[in-house]
Amino acid sequence: MSSCVLALISVLARGALLVFFPGGALPTFFPGGALLACFTSGAWLVADLLRGLGASQGTATGPAYRLADPPRLPAPRPVTDPDAEVDRAFAAIDAAHDDIARRAAAAVDPTTAEILRAQAALAADRTLRDGVALAVRAGHEAPHAVAAVLGEHREALIAAGGLLAARTADLDDLRDRVIAHCLGLRMPALPEPGCPYILVAVDLAPADAALLDPARVLAVVTSAGSFLSHTAILARARGLPTVVACGGALDIADGTVITVDGTAGRVTTGSSHVPVDAPRPVDFSSARGSTADGHPVALLANIGGAAELSGAPVEGVGLFRTELLFQHHVDPPGLAEQVAAYGEVFAALPGRRVVVRTLDAGSDKPLPFLHDGDEPNPALGIRGLRVARRRGEILRTQIAAIAAAARDSTARVEVMAPMVTTVAEAAQFAALCRDAGLPTVGVMVEVPAAAVRAAEFLGAVDFLSVGTNDLSQYTFAADRRSGELADLLDPWQPALLSLVALCAAAGTALGRPVGVCGESAADPAFAVVLAGLGITSLSMAPAAIPAVRAALQAHTLDECRTAAQQALAAADPATARAAVTRV
Amino acid sequence: MIRTVLLAGRAGLHLRVAARIAEAAARLPTPITVRTQDRAAVPADSTLALVSLGALCGSELILEAYGPFAPGALNELADLFATDLDAADA
Repeated sequence: MSSCVLALISVLARGALLVFFPGGALPTFFPGGALLACFTSGAWLVADLLRGLGASQGTATGPAYRLADPPRLPAPRPVTDPDAEVDRAFAAIDAAHDDIARRAAAAVDPTTAEILRAQAALAADRTLRDGVALAVRAGHEAPHAVAAVLGEHREALIAAGGLLAARTADLDDLRDRVIAHCLGLRMPALPEPGCPYILVAVDLAPADAALLDPARVLAVVTSAGSFLSHTAILARARGLPTVVACGGALDIADGTVITVDGTAGRVTTGSSHVPVDAPRPVDFSSARGSTADGHPVALLANIGGAAELSGAPVEGVGLFRTELLFQHHVDPPGLAEQVAAYGEVFAALPGRRVVVRTLDAGSDKPLPFLHDGDEPNPALGIRGLRVARRRGEILRTQIAAIAAAARDSTARVEVMAPMVTTVAEAAQFAALCRDAGLPTVGVMVEVPAAAVRAAEFLGAVDFLSVGTNDLSQYTFAADRRSGELADLLDPWQPALLSLVALCAAAGTALGRPVGVCGESAADPAFAVVLAGLGITSLSMAPAAIPAVRAALQAHTLDECRTAAQQALAAADPATARAAVTRV
Repeated sequence: MIRTVLLAGRAGLHLRVAARIAEAAARLPTPITVRTQDRAAVPADSTLALVSLGALCGSELILEAYGPFAPGALNELADLFATDLDAADA
C-alpha cells in the first residue's frame, strides 16, 4: 500500500472533511490545515466519484452490497394448465406465509411479533387463495393473479382513507414476497455477505432501516431518498454514515470496496486497496463546544428517550422528542406514566439543560387518538402545537407531567412547542408553561412566518430553536420526503440561511439564546456557518457531536463569521459549501 | 338472521384487529358474513376480506348467519366488533 493511501486512511480515521479532485484540480486546505490530495507515481490519486447528499455524517470504507429490489412482474404469458398454475400460486403464497411466520416467531418484541403474525394471517387467508384461483382460471398467470387480487384490496383501503389508507404497505409487502416466490427470485432482504458491508439500495423502508445493525452495516448509500427521509433520520440515530439521492449508486457492483463520506455527500469507488474498516468509535469528551478562541456554542443531543444517552456524556439535550412516548398508544398516556418517562431522562442529566418539546403529532407522525384523517393536506393542517386547538387537555396534561418530573430533578428543564406560527400562540403557550411552574419557555421556528418575526417572538418567550427540516419544507414548498426535490431541501440553500440568520440576529440583539435542532446542525461545515451567524446552541444525534466539536475548535469566531457571510452571499448551495471549505 | 353492530376499534378495522376477529370467527360453529352499507358481504373468518371492508371507527357492520348456532355465534362476534380491541393494545 502506498504511503499516499495510508495518509488518506489516517485522515479518514480522524473523521475529517474529505475533498477529492476528480478533475485534477489544485489541492486545497480543509479545516485543520492538512493537505489532502496526494501525488503518486506521477498521477493524482483519483478515485471514481459519485455525488449525492450527505445525510448522516462520518466516513466508512468497505465492500458494497445491494439490497435486492422488490421483484418486477414479468410480461404476462398465457396460462396453458390452469390447475398447475393455481398450484404454483398457492405454493408461493405458502412459502411467503412460512417466511413471515418464521420472522414472527423470531421477533423479540411483542408489537413486532403481533404485526408479523397478522401479516402471516393475511397470507394464510382463504379469500386471497379464492381470489387468486379465480384470477388464474380467468387466464392470469400466477404472479399477475396475486398482484391483481391484492391490488383490488389495496384500492379498497385507499378508498377507506384515514389510517387504513396508510396501511397499504402490509399488502404491498405481501404482494412483493409472493411474487418473488412465484418467480423463484431472491427475497428483498438485507444482504448477508458474511462481513461488515456498505448497504446500497434504491431506498429503505423504515422497517428495513430499523433492522440495520451497526455491527454489520458500516454505511448506507441510496439512489433515492432525501436528507430528511426516514432512512436518513434512522441512520443518523445509529451514527451510520449515509449518502442519499446518489445517482449511479445502483451501478456499483456487489463486493466493490467503496468509501462513503456522509459529511460531504460523496461516494468513491475504486479504492480497492483500502482495508475494511469498522465504524469509528465515537470519541466523546466532556469538553463543552466552543470556537478556537473560546466563544461557547453548546453542543446538545437530540433524543427520544434516556436510552439514547447511554455512555455518552453530553452538555445537555436540545431536543427531547416526546412522540415516542405517545406513538404506541391508542389513548394519550396518563399523567403518572408521563412523569415517570420524563423523570427517567431528567435523572440521566443532573445539572444539565434539557429542552423538552411538547407533542409534535400530525402530518407525517399521525397518532390514532388525535386524527380523524379528515385533512386534505396534513402537512399544512392540525399538527404540532395546533393539536391543542382540538385537544387542549393533552397539552395541559403533558405540561403538568413535565413540571412534576422537573420538580424532582436537578436537570435544568426547559419546554418548547413545535409548529408555532404567531406570537399570540407563543405567548399563550408560554403562559401555560409558566403557570405550571416551568419558567423557561421557547418555541420552535419551523415556518417562515415565525422566522421573519423572530424578534417579536423573543418578546413572548425566552428562546428559539430553529427546526431546519420543517423550515426547509415550508420555505421551499417541498415535501420533506420527496427524493426528487432533495436539492431544494438542502440546508445550504441561501434562502434558508437567510431565515436562520434573521432568527440568530434577533437573538443576538436581545441577548436571548437561539439554537438549531434540525438535522443540518450535524454537518460540521454547516455548524461553523451557524456559529458565525450567532446561533448559540446546536442540537443533533449524539453520535454527530464529536465531529461538530472538532470543526468548531478548528475555527475562530471571526473565521466562523467570515464563513457565514460567504455562505449568505453565495448564489446557490454548492457555492455556499465551497466558500466555507476555503475559510 | 341479521345483527347490526357499530365498530368500536378506534383505529378502524385494521390488520391486527381483523386478524383477531377472523381467528375468533373461524372457531365459531357457523359461518358468518359481514357487510357495510356500501360493501358486499364477506366471510368473517377472512382477515383480508375484513380489512378490505375499509370500516372506520363507528362504521355500521351488518352480520349475517343462519342455522341453529346463528344466535350465539352472532352474539359472540358482535361483542368482539363492539369491543375496542385497540384499547387492549394500550
